Amino acid sequence: MLLITCPHCGPRPELEFRWGGEAHVARPADPSALDDRAWSEFLFVRNNPKGLFAERWNHAHGCQRWFNALRDTHSDKFVATYPAGAPRPDIAAEDAR
Amino acid sequence: MRRFNLANLLTEAVRGHEGWGRQWRSPEPKKSYDVVVVGGGGHGLGTAHYLAEVHGITNVAVLEKGWIGGGNTGRNTTIIRSNYLYDESAHLYEHAVKLWEGLSRDLNYNVMYSQRGVMMLAHNVHDVQVFKRHVYANRLNGVDNEWLTPEQAQAYCPPLSIDPRARYPVLGAALQRRGGTARHDAVAWGYARAADARGVDIIQNCEVTGFRRDPATGAVTGVETTRGFIGATRVGVAAAGHTSVIMERAGVRMPLQSFPLQALVSEPVKPVFPCVVMSNAVHAYISQSDKGELVIGAGTDQYASYSQQGGLQITTHTLDAICEIFPRFSRMRMLRNWGGIVDVTPDRSPIIGKTPVPGLYVNCGWGTGGFKATPGSAHVFAHTLATGEPHPINAPFTLDRFRTGRLIDEAAAAAVAH
Repeated sequence: MLLITCPHCGPRPELEFRWGGEAHVARPADPSALDDRAWSEFLFVRNNPKGLFAERWNHAHGCQRWFNALRDTHSDKFVATYPAGAPRPDIAAEDAR
Repeated sequence: MRRFNLANLLTEAVRGHEGWGRQWRSPEPKKSYDVVVVGGGGHGLGTAHYLAEVHGITNVAVLEKGWIGGGNTGRNTTIIRSNYLYDESAHLYEHAVKLWEGLSRDLNYNVMYSQRGVMMLAHNVHDVQVFKRHVYANRLNGVDNEWLTPEQAQAYCPPLSIDPRARYPVLGAALQRRGGTARHDAVAWGYARAADARGVDIIQNCEVTGFRRDPATGAVTGVETTRGFIGATRVGVAAAGHTSVIMERAGVRMPLQSFPLQALVSEPVKPVFPCVVMSNAVHAYISQSDKGELVIGAGTDQYASYSQQGGLQITTHTLDAICEIFPRFSRMRMLRNWGGIVDVTPDRSPIIGKTPVPGLYVNCGWGTGGFKATPGSAHVFAHTLATGEPHPINAPFTLDRFRTGRLIDEAAAAAVAH
């Protein structure tokens, strides 16, 4: 089980959290201007890296707030967690190991 | 290849079985091939086999970064069935089951396909209605599936508890009698041996690190590997959980996320469990291997990962459910558990076909249920690679369906525990 540090509550077991997929996927500014391919990209296509991955978590059984995390998907090690809305920390994959 | 038959068996029995030799070669990669298949699991090796057997294309290499059958082919719970709801899925998986039925003979290798029946338990009114709908839909597609009362279900699978006061009461079950299990390693080895005998090169410890493309057309001209450049104008990727990683090296982003999926086995015991039982509502499935171990599958972890391990709470939850439905297993000891990485698409159906890169084809997105489809998947993927166009069975399973919106949304309606 992962130990996840909620930016608001501190380290808690994974059971309290819900995973929310990739972070920083921006909603289209002008949806009516999008063609099918752009919609497909927005709705379905995701980064799926073996390495650092920015993802959303919801502290469902805690403060219930959404936040973002940087995690190495090869080792499952969390590199950083940060509040929703904050920019992705500038950490290279090599520094994280 | 020395065929397995009675005469050879008798000869070797007298000679102490020293004359069988290696079952497949370990060749150095050639400079180029007609077709390169990336990924030496069941799907990749099967593709090479059908390219050679059905289409006569024998100048083929299978590139495997580890050892063949060491990924999800060697990690799954070996369940085979075809009772999918939608027409497209039913045709695809039924194609596979029909090939499973003749596979040992086709490969001259015993894959131990045992049609012991796959039973899906209904625990609530919703389950009952959905499963009955499945039964009727399956029959319309020529797929066998039948509805059992709780008493009939217990008669078919005596360890099942049908106590109405149970935490997960059994209100009935859907049974596909032609479903069952097969020996997972034998599937990889059988395909490898049969493909090798027709001239296919199986190259292990050879990771694809990049793709070389024609600057003018963008078409694939070969793959960069840890063992040097290998030329090929047709490349088929069957890399399961690592498909996104491989395809990114060709500049193609995929609608996939990779999740850990866990399974576990118990200590081996005498035959106590005659069939496969799946319970979608409580997320568990169980069967007994021919070695005697109970083979138990859990659900995926909630987060994307390549770690090939998952949280213990997932397996614990599964075992809670197993012990509730089968009280007699509550004191069984579990020997080991492990994880594999499964690539899941947004509609939980696979992608088999072309990509935006000319000459590059992909077979992925099998999620938690790829093993059962191995022969069918390999057969239609070989057709796609050989002719450049999809087989009618895999035509709906395009990458482009996420643009057109023609999804095959088994996620909401499947009987499988996703």
